Amino acid sequence: MQARGTNFDEMFDGAGNTRPAYAEYCRWYHEQPPEFLRRKNREADDTFRRTGITFNVYGENEAEERLIPFDMVPRIITAAEWRKLSKGIEQRVRALNSFLYDLYHRQEIVRAGRLPERLLRGNDAWLANMVGFTPPGGIYTHIVGIDLVRTGPDEFFVLEDNARTPSGVSYMLENRETMMGMFPDLFSRIGVESVSNYPRRLARSLAACVPPAFGGGKPTVAVLTPGIFNSAYFEHAFLADQMGAELVEGSDLRVTGGRVQMRTTSGYKPIDVLYRRVDDEFLDPLTFNPDSVLGVPGIMDVYRSGGITIANAPGTGVADDKAIYSFMPEIVEFYTGERPLLPNVQTWRCADKDSLAYVLDNLAELVVKEVHGSGGYGMLIGPTSSRREIAAFREKLVAKPDNYIAQPTLALSTCPIYTAKGLAPRHLDLRPFVLVSPEGIDITPGGLTRVALKKGSLVVNSSQGGGTKDTWVLKD
Amino acid sequence: MLGRTANGLFWMFRYLERAENTARLLEAALRMALTRDVVTAEAEWRSVIATLGLQRLYEAAHDSYDGTTVWNFVLRGASNPGNVRAMFGTVRSNARESRINISSDVWEAVNENWMRLDRLLARPVGQSAVGEVLAAIRRAGTQVHGAFDGSILRDEGYHFARAGTFIERADSTARILDMKYFLLLPSLSYVGSSLDTGQWEQVLRSVAGARVYSWLNAGQIEARGIVEFVVLDDRFPRSLAFCRNALRDCLGALARTHGVEGSAVALMREADTRISHLTVDQIFEQGLHEFLVDFLARNNAIARAIAGDYRFHA
Repeated sequence: MQARGTNFDEMFDGAGNTRPAYAEYCRWYHEQPPEFLRRKNREADDTFRRTGITFNVYGENEAEERLIPFDMVPRIITAAEWRKLSKGIEQRVRALNSFLYDLYHRQEIVRAGRLPERLLRGNDAWLANMVGFTPPGGIYTHIVGIDLVRTGPDEFFVLEDNARTPSGVSYMLENRETMMGMFPDLFSRIGVESVSNYPRRLARSLAACVPPAFGGGKPTVAVLTPGIFNSAYFEHAFLADQMGAELVEGSDLRVTGGRVQMRTTSGYKPIDVLYRRVDDEFLDPLTFNPDSVLGVPGIMDVYRSGGITIANAPGTGVADDKAIYSFMPEIVEFYTGERPLLPNVQTWRCADKDSLAYVLDNLAELVVKEVHGSGGYGMLIGPTSSRREIAAFREKLVAKPDNYIAQPTLALSTCPIYTAKGLAPRHLDLRPFVLVSPEGIDITPGGLTRVALKKGSLVVNSSQGGGTKDTWVLKD
Repeated sequence: MLGRTANGLFWMFRYLERAENTARLLEAALRMALTRDVVTAEAEWRSVIATLGLQRLYEAAHDSYDGTTVWNFVLRGASNPGNVRAMFGTVRSNARESRINISSDVWEAVNENWMRLDRLLARPVGQSAVGEVLAAIRRAGTQVHGAFDGSILRDEGYHFARAGTFIERADSTARILDMKYFLLLPSLSYVGSSLDTGQWEQVLRSVAGARVYSWLNAGQIEARGIVEFVVLDDRFPRSLAFCRNALRDCLGALARTHGVEGSAVALMREADTRISHLTVDQIFEQGLHEFLVDFLARNNAIARAIAGDYRFHA
């Protein structure tokens, strides 16, 4: 997808002057000998490869491990910008949790006529056995990633809410470690908010949500991973390691005595809080997909009877599909009584006849996404697609319009990346990470900046060749 | 610690040890082949394959024993699923699986060596490269063990890793000795014989003990002394006695951590009463081969008992 019109650039204004947030960084950058920067750029790759910060790409031979390319030019956000953003994010996350509670209880929002009931009934992520159940602490989304895009100085939009199992936080942390290792002098010259205590905050946040069956003492927290072939395995191990939690697989777990227990070298030991990085449908073969070997038979019964906390709660996916997304402004207003501080991207719901007609007429201009899709798969980017591709997509769309939404092709902001020929602007987005516990909502300053590495490309997903940048929130 | 993780650490270090021992075996054979006639060389390559228990697989794929074919088969042969390249793959995937129980130093040592070896072993290894490749395999073991000793918490994970190391090392030393036992037998009747001392030296070289043995014995090579050194000398880190002492320590530490002695400790005690006080003469009397077969069986039984005692499997 090609950006059109003039894009907002994070580093330079229209006249080519450096924006204040980047002033000190640019001064530093121009003081560095070009050969030094070239060498550092090569070193960065070696660092990631040596430390094994890789991800596996589905569909590649033998689950080959790849690096997510790292760009050494940071993305910088001012303290004032961040204050505004974090207020909007907090409001949105608060609304998401209230919304989930309501959906699985009285459904006031449906009764009030603000959300069509069919969006719930027909929703694959809806879990009937969450109805009437309140998770420990009343928390549904312990960890949320809110994807933001920018189109102008004050124009940030929410592109997507990730309320299931958002990933990428390990890259946020490792990118910072790498930057500090490569350019220590930068951090002594420029005050940057620290991100390194995220794992400790996550551990604290999870420990604050113990289930009724918790026996006192130090809660036992475990990270549930599908295993070493999962694309995000590195992150699962990284977080467990940093939190001092066990890293478990389904085969380590069984249900006895009303608890989920893990097989340790000295016998089975109950888990209090399970940070699962396994999708709902694989969590419990007794309740969901009977073929799943990734989950734990009977865990849903234990969960409902207060024997374990599952983070994020099963069934949260109902709040982050793209059809619900289009209702987020109403949802925020309904539960917070406030106007949304962060706007949505304009979205046409193809389930609506009028919208569908508009989308079909304008396919070549729009981005069309699957309601449940992620990772940049299964979408149509009108402006860069051939007529044949558009025609093929049109058939899928007409056959199952409920499955799609469409959005305009946004003029995403750019930020320079380091290239062999010097700095070159590339499009990017931002995923801040939010922790929710009974103690409150905790947003790590910054987040993960994903950047398209191809000139003009708007696709930032790592599975589609995107890279990442260290993200700085400046201290006041 | 999870039972699965304990299993991962145990086997990570077994495979690391196996790769290193395999490299030593190949290095010794390579030296032998370079200094002897073609017939002796072929016998030596044949004995490498036999020591590693790969005859059937090898002969299904190849009809002659020459150096290049043998070491490529052992190091990277597609028809040999237990090749050294695959061993390192297993070391690394076990390290990944046990990532939260090993330090970054250990992980990086494993990962960097895996990257290097995987590249070195991606293509056939020729005559001029094989020395460098074998040295790189040995160095990988040294680096991982070094990082491990310097950075790992001395909790149960440490002991599972060490138990794996010494079970595997004892297994390897016993197998190498057993393959050559017939060479060492005549020594009782031929004191100071004119037998091929080069062959005996080969046994020492395969267990990385040639230099230290020769230093301890003022250069005198004789079969009885070699057996005593490789089986009973508990100062030599690849001897059976050393491995047994180290393993006994691991089992003791694990029992203390868990507050209960498992079946592995009982098997160790039983083995102690049977073989601990044997002299080299008694070993020759009962038969070196019989002794080694019994040793290997006990060693294996202890490994299985560890897996059971500490719930390696569901």
